[in-house]
Amino acid sequence: MAITINGDAVSVPDDPRVSLLDLLREDLRLTGTKKGCNQGACGACTVLVDGERILSCLALAVQYDGRAITTIEGLGAAGALHPLQQAFIEHDGFQCGYCTPGQICSAVAMVAEARRGVPSHVTGDLDAGAITLTHDELRERMSGNLCRCGAHNGIMAAIAETFAEAAE
Amino acid sequence: MTPFGYSRAQDVADAVRRGGEAGTMYLGGGTNLVDLMRETIERPTMLVDVTGLSRDITETPDGGLRIGAAARNTALAEDRRVRTRYPVLTRAIVAGASAQIRNMATVGGNLLQRTRCGYFYDDDGSRCNKRAPGQGCDAIEGFNRNHAILGASSACVAVHPSDMCVALAALDAVVHLESSAGPRVLRFTDFHRLPGDHPQIETMLQPGELITAIELPPLPFARRSTYRKVRDRSSYAFALVSVAAAIEIENGRVGAVRIALGGVAHKPWRASKAEAALRGQPANAASFAAAAEAELADARPLKDNGFKIALAKRAIVAVLETLA
Repeated sequence: MAITINGDAVSVPDDPRVSLLDLLREDLRLTGTKKGCNQGACGACTVLVDGERILSCLALAVQYDGRAITTIEGLGAAGALHPLQQAFIEHDGFQCGYCTPGQICSAVAMVAEARRGVPSHVTGDLDAGAITLTHDELRERMSGNLCRCGAHNGIMAAIAETFAEAAE
Repeated sequence: MTPFGYSRAQDVADAVRRGGEAGTMYLGGGTNLVDLMRETIERPTMLVDVTGLSRDITETPDGGLRIGAAARNTALAEDRRVRTRYPVLTRAIVAGASAQIRNMATVGGNLLQRTRCGYFYDDDGSRCNKRAPGQGCDAIEGFNRNHAILGASSACVAVHPSDMCVALAALDAVVHLESSAGPRVLRFTDFHRLPGDHPQIETMLQPGELITAIELPPLPFARRSTYRKVRDRSSYAFALVSVAAAIEIENGRVGAVRIALGGVAHKPWRASKAEAALRGQPANAASFAAAAEAELADARPLKDNGFKIALAKRAIVAVLETLA
């Protein structure tokens, strides 16, 4: 019984009540992933499971046995920032920073979804194939990540610049 | 959360064998159940994880699609056959929740979402006949802007929260079930219940019964179908009112038509009266408005939600005009 977290095998907790979020933060001290609402409303706890974005607060860790989790610590580190982290700095994509790890994990998977043609609420032609990330598409696809500081304009600019080949 | 055990179902037979035990619940993506357990509104003693069961989306012999109940909401929404043959279903799914939640949530679990009525969630301070049958309902005289205008009872005025289910109600979907007594099928529109005197019983599922698949019939005219959701903010919010519709127009007149409403009732609301009023009529604004009037004639507003009646009528007309 093991979950792979940022490349390391980690034992599944004995208590099935432990959320993936609490496993990361409390047991592994990977505190980059944040606990905002703890009820699936804010997106601060977003992590990647086999490349797909999910909310770790609503995930029982025991369900993720055998899966590969990537957190913000697995995307970049001090001195070796992910390009999107660098872009967040350059575009003032945060103030308090609490939503930032979730925003960045979410955006990385969001771009992959758009590349494989997953439609969104604002997609016009459902049969068009790959999605061009217009401003409206970006905002809709990132709507599951709230920013109470109101840094959304910087966040959108950072994502659009980093993934320019997918954006308009 | 109260303590519970956890196991993974190996196959459907294994699941229903375990699921029949008292205190046991099936676990899908957990996006609703884990939250309800954390609030101690749900207190299972054992969870049987059914996310490893069939998630395949396959063609049926008659030209429909069969969707394994463990399919994730995203997988269903992005399936090319769904996007082209049942666009209303893709539109409904991507109108709901957030991408993260759609990646987790299963199709079977989506059917079993519980209401987002604030009094249902307020375990400490409010009365709720769903949480504590017979206790009373604080929503009826309370803040009920989001509550039901159709099919409610003196025991419960909550609404069903799903978008996907509104599309399934319109599409004449069928629900495949399995229990220790064997398999059976239900029409989707018969799966959820109106509240009546027992609002704590929300579906026709028997104890221990498992949803194994959803089947979409071949519905060629559903290629012309869509979903419109009206909500307080433009994304990541539950519906005030939503409309799923598919329509066939021949020589300017309405042939086959399917309409369902969300945000208005305890279950996804198939608008049968509107459909009956439309068949054979000219496909124009006057017919659409008359159909909307017919469907909402029985609507009963609460203190704060009278606006939903006009909103539902206008949303029906707007959707039909989009499709016509």
